[in-house]
Amino acid sequence: MIQIQNLHKKFGKLTVLDGLDLTIEKGGIFAILGPNGSGKTTLIKCLLGMVVPNKGKIEFQGKSTLKKWDYRNNLNYLPQIANFPSNLSVIELINMVKNLRPKQANEKELIDLFGLNPFLQKKLGNLSGGTKQKVNLVLTFMFDSDLIILDEPTTGLDPIALIYLKDLIKKERNKGKTVLITTHIMSVVDELADEIVFLLEGKIYFKGSIDTLKKQTNQTSLEHAIANLISKQYTN
Amino acid sequence: MLKILKYSIFDLLRSRWSYVYFVFYLILGFVLLFLNNDVNKAIITLMNIIIVLTPLIGTIFGVMYYYNSKEFTELLLAQPIKRSKIFMGQYLGVSLSLTLSLVLGIGIPFVLYGLFKSASIFDFGLLIVVGAFLNFIFVALAYNIALSNENKIKGFGYAILMWLFLAVIYDGIFMILAIKFQEYPLDKFALGSMMFNPIDLSRTLILLKLDISALLGYTGAVFKEFFGTNKGLILSLLVLCLWVLFPLFRMAKKLQKKDF
Repeated sequence: MIQIQNLHKKFGKLTVLDGLDLTIEKGGIFAILGPNGSGKTTLIKCLLGMVVPNKGKIEFQGKSTLKKWDYRNNLNYLPQIANFPSNLSVIELINMVKNLRPKQANEKELIDLFGLNPFLQKKLGNLSGGTKQKVNLVLTFMFDSDLIILDEPTTGLDPIALIYLKDLIKKERNKGKTVLITTHIMSVVDELADEIVFLLEGKIYFKGSIDTLKKQTNQTSLEHAIANLISKQYTN
Repeated sequence: MLKILKYSIFDLLRSRWSYVYFVFYLILGFVLLFLNNDVNKAIITLMNIIIVLTPLIGTIFGVMYYYNSKEFTELLLAQPIKRSKIFMGQYLGVSLSLTLSLVLGIGIPFVLYGLFKSASIFDFGLLIVVGAFLNFIFVALAYNIALSNENKIKGFGYAILMWLFLAVIYDGIFMILAIKFQEYPLDKFALGSMMFNPIDLSRTLILLKLDISALLGYTGAVFKEFFGTNKGLILSLLVLCLWVLFPLFRMAKKLQKKDF
């Protein structure tokens, strides 16, 4: 579904992606992990076309994404920080995003699921961080797309919303969707991820299942296995 | 793009500042008409205000709108919309809503005063056209500056400096040069230098139309002599169009390589 070849990106003198190669097959949940500043968000933004890579190829469903925009109709993206125009109300924002995409949306179900009904007429500027994240989740999941990209989806959510979110993600996988998640919360990875993509210094350091990772690092828990990978950066 | 434009205008029409700007022009129009009691004189006074004020407001609004809607722009960038359309929609939204405030704010008092019966209707029309041009030019310039500066404070500073340069300093430099080299024929130099400043150009354009030689000043006199009124009018309108198109072209170029 996604093919990335030899991707390079520099911000000024700082090299973030350094010849990254990655293939993501259709279907399943892929956790993109890595220490802070390893290029996770940059990788996702390159895929979305928000960051323009210096070099390399990105293909989505067999077509290059560079300088294109219509492929984005077939993917949903949850940004890391949910900042919305503060003078719009929740329902206005939802309607607006619906209006911008030529696709059916099932926002009602999601609004009920996350209990957002009392907030629909409220201005986005007056919402708490967690509620904003719920709005963010509604905007992301209301469209039916083959690829779903979630950048730190758990930020600010209460435990119940977190359970709903996990169920939602599993449901999408069962429909045959491809889900990319970045997160620092290992329990979420342990519960959801079919495969782990570990980024280090702008390259893919490891790609495979959780079990393979545990075996390779000689660790019994995922948390320690990941810590083991990250510690390599500190010892270098 | 029309959807983005619609939402930008919708968003701006809710903002208090659009109304403040509109009411300001409304009051200004009424006061000038009642003080002068003459449409022609009011137009000249208004011109002097519009020529300095619309660029300033356009610059500030443009920069402010860009930085304030940054997060929202990022949300839009992840939707299936072409990059250039998002920014073009926003740009047109800001420019159009400012122009709307200008047209309504000045238009209402003049129409009530009996503009349609007066002979100055074309002069007034030109004033509005020039005001609209200045809005579109300076919002475009402000967007260019904001796109090139991630830092809000820096972007704001450069934008204000740009306005100050074109509205005040440019004329000052021109005057100094004109005095310094007064033994030389400066006609062509004066003409050329005017083309590079949309504010000077707008002023000359209106003065040529109003045909008030006392206010024409040196550059205007040269300009008039050189082109004759009609030719000068068309040429300066064309150059104003270029002043809109060139920043937009640069904006499109810049957008292709920008990271968000």
